[in-house]
Formats: sequence, structure tokens, C-alpha cells
Amino acid sequence: MSVLVDHLDVFVGGFWLTFQLCILSAIGALVVGTLVAVMRISPIPPLRWIGTAYVTVFRNSPLTIVMFFAAFGLPALGSNADFLRVPGLSSVFSRLSIDLPYFRFAVIALALYTAAFVCEAIRSGINAVSPGQAEAARAIGLTFGQNLRYVVLPQAWKSAIVPLGSVIIAMIKNSALAGFFGVVGDLSNSGINLTSALGEPIIPVFIGVSIGYLVMTVPLGMLLDRVERRRAVAAR
Amino acid sequence: MRITRVAAVAAVAALALTVAACGGDGGDGDDTGSGSKTFEAGSTMERLNKAQKIIVGTKFDQPGFGLKGLDNKPAGFDVEIGKIIADELGIAADKVEYIEAPSAVREEVLEQGKADIVVATYTINDKRKERIDFAGPYYIAGQHIMVRSDDSSITGPDSFKAGDKKVCSVQGSTPGDNIKKYLANPASPGAQLVLFDGYQKCVDALTNKQVDAVTTDNVILLGYVAKSEGKFKLTGEKFTEEPYGIGVKKGDTAFREFVNATLEKIYTDGRYAKAWQDTAGKFDSTVPQGPAVNRY
Repeated sequence: MSVLVDHLDVFVGGFWLTFQLCILSAIGALVVGTLVAVMRISPIPPLRWIGTAYVTVFRNSPLTIVMFFAAFGLPALGSNADFLRVPGLSSVFSRLSIDLPYFRFAVIALALYTAAFVCEAIRSGINAVSPGQAEAARAIGLTFGQNLRYVVLPQAWKSAIVPLGSVIIAMIKNSALAGFFGVVGDLSNSGINLTSALGEPIIPVFIGVSIGYLVMTVPLGMLLDRVERRRAVAAR
Repeated sequence: MRITRVAAVAAVAALALTVAACGGDGGDGDDTGSGSKTFEAGSTMERLNKAQKIIVGTKFDQPGFGLKGLDNKPAGFDVEIGKIIADELGIAADKVEYIEAPSAVREEVLEQGKADIVVATYTINDKRKERIDFAGPYYIAGQHIMVRSDDSSITGPDSFKAGDKKVCSVQGSTPGDNIKKYLANPASPGAQLVLFDGYQKCVDALTNKQVDAVTTDNVILLGYVAKSEGKFKLTGEKFTEEPYGIGVKKGDTAFREFVNATLEKIYTDGRYAKAWQDTAGKFDSTVPQGPAVNRY
């Protein structure tokens, strides 16, 4: 197990990079996923179709394929995802601003893929709001947007929070794939580098990698349990 | 009906060829068979000879050295070396069993006895010697840099020190690790180095201009240059020495010595040159000098 101590900096660096990737992707997924969910329930049919098509495509494609299209399809289309080089954000997440675009590609792929699941989690939350709420809001003259903002979404979020948490936990685990599409130095990539290039024994290295992911996912899971228990009490 | 007949004829022809091929092999010296070679009792050589079977760990994705084709059999220089060693043990080429030994698990397959030898573009180094033993080297590869043909701004690994050139290699590989010290900031290579799980992705990234260079052992790059129809070229000189060895189980000195002696024998009797010409020689026609084996 000495490899964990000898290469602590590698594990910590890998953890930090994976963490950054997950934070950015989670933000992206929540924003895009909410938008798609709103599209799916909107009264305008073409928007509903787009939302449904989005969820169908991304939910049913393997993440490897989505990653592949981000890493090799976007450059073929002439895009290096430079729109993600937001000045303020880049100073915190320094990987965003470097010339090699693969970190940005990974964020895009992970965010778009997870957004499909976020959309469905939120939609399930919206379905849990009793229809009378929306009808009453409409009856007092609220527009569709106001209805969503003040009546439906605040209640939907509450019942969507646990499924959303599961979606984000799945996303953190999925982020391991980024190491295979050009993101150098994340947790999974670091593990592979330690075992194959440097010849460290496999099992302790991957125990270290697992610890890295567990540090991110277990607290999130515990937090969700607490939220759920609180809600259960409140509902009684 | 007609199709069946054609298939039948083809099958007969194939059978005839196979038989002819076997006959040819026999003439070359395979007819010594199992019984005629004797080895020291209790040695690995004796065990393998008695079992009439050897398991060779090799790569299945390395053109020129070990590549599994559509016929489901790996082919390449490493595979030929494996066959020659089997032959010296009195084992026929069709009794050699291959298992895939990608870079990450090469030590494991030897330690766990899943392979008797590993011939898999396996660079000899001290770290690996702690877990297994190496016979050889049988070939000295070297790390090289491949760029787009129209690019003359990269002349060698030092061109990456300025920090504006990007390079691609394969994760978990020795070349990927080697190139780090030539980068502007070796401690965080992410700004200049990208690693994929296969070289083809690097080549795609080079074509798409996401990276400016691909680096790994010369033999691998030569394969891509040969296939690229003038799109890529090698630049500068080889800047490392990668002595490829044959992995054997740790502590099996007698077996290691046997493989070493086999290598020295084939350097002079033409089998080494023939193995090269039939395989990696298609990318690099200069037959290498068999390097002196290292009896550490």
C-alpha cells in the first residue's frame, strides 16, 4: 500500500481535477436539464418535440459515444469549445483556459449526457405536484412562466431532489471515462498511468482511485439521506 | 448450388495449402519433435517441452509487433520471436497459445502464471525487474516524434519546452511518461500533453490539428507514416533507447539463460533477420542488428 503514500500528490491532483470536472459538469447538466424539462412540459408543440428528442437521444446513447463525438466530432466541425473559456470561471478552473480542448470537451459531453437524466428527474418532480396547483395558478391569471417560477418548480424541486442526487452521483462515477478521452491527470487516468507506465501494483492503486471517488460520492449520498428524512418528517 | 461448389473448392484449396505449409515447416527443422530435445530435469524448459504447449503473452493491437488480424491470430515481430523460442523448446508453431498482454497487466500475467513468456514491446527497466525477469533485449526501439508533413516547427523533443506545442501519446505508456520532462511545465502536463487509450485517436487529433505531434516508439510511428500517404513524417532523431526484452517469471534464471542463448543463436543463423523482414520490416526495411543480451 506504500504506493498510496509515495504518490499521494498524484492521487490528490487527480482527485482535484475530477472534482473540478464534476462541479462544472453538474452546473451545466442542471441548467441544461432544467431547460429541457421546461421545454418538455411547455405548451408549444415544437419545443416539446425538441425536448423529447433531446432526452431520447442522450438518454439512450452510451456515454462513450457522447464523449467520442465531443472529443472528435466537435473538432471536425471546427469547434474547440472556446465558449467555455469564460474569464472569471477560468481563473478558478484553470483547465478550462488551456489550449488543449479535451477538458472542455469532457465537460460538454458529461453535462449534455447527464442533462437528459436531470430533465427526467425534474419532470418526475413536476408530475408529483398535484395538477390542481397549476390549474389554480392558471385560474388566477398567471402566465406559463410565472406558473412555473412561483408555483410548480419550487414544489417540483422538493420531490426531485433525491432522484437528482442519484443522477449527480452517477455523473461523478461516469466522469471516470474522461480519462480515456484526452483528459490528462484525472483520477482514472492517474491510476492507469501509475499501473502501466510506472509499473505500480494494480490493486493498491485502484483502491486509492476508489477512495477518491468515494470521497466525492459518499458525502453526497449521506446528505441526500438527510434531506429525504427531513422531507419525510415534514410530510407527516 | 453453384456457391456451394465454389466454397467446397475453396475449402479444399485452403486445406491443401495448410498441409503444404505444415510440410514446409517440417522440412525446416520442426521434425525434431518433442522427444528429440532433452532439457535439464525440473527446469521450465523441460516442463514446457513435456506439455508440448507454451503460452505467449503479446499485444493484439501493435502493428508490426503483435496485431490480431481478422484471422484471429496475432502476427508480428514479437509473435515471431515467441514462435522461435517455442521452436527451440521443441514445440510446434501451432501449439503456441497467445494471450493478450496489454501494457497494464504484463507483470500480472507472468506472476500469476497465465503466460510462460511475455513478448509485447516490453521495455526493460529496473522498476519492472523488481517483479519479473527479462531476457534480451532483442530489439532496441527508440522514442520518436511524428508531425504533419507541412510542419517544420518541431525538430525534436526540445521544441516542446517553449510551451506552445502540444503532443499526444497513449496513457500508461513509457513514451507518454518520458515526454513529460520535455514539457514547459512537467509537473502539470495537462496543458501540453494529451493521452488517449489508443494511438489511432492521437493520429485523429493530429489530423484535426488539436495536437502538433504524436510521440511513441519509432516502430509504431513508422506504421502510421507508411499508412498516411504522405500526410505525416517523423522529425528529428530517436531520443530514447527502449530495449525490448522478453519477460519471464521472477527468479527463473535457467529459463532466462535459455532464452538469451536462443536470441544469440538466431542473430547469426538468419532467423532473426527473417522474422524482422516478414513483419516489422514492412515499415522499416533496415534489418536491425541483434543487440547484445544483458545477463544481469
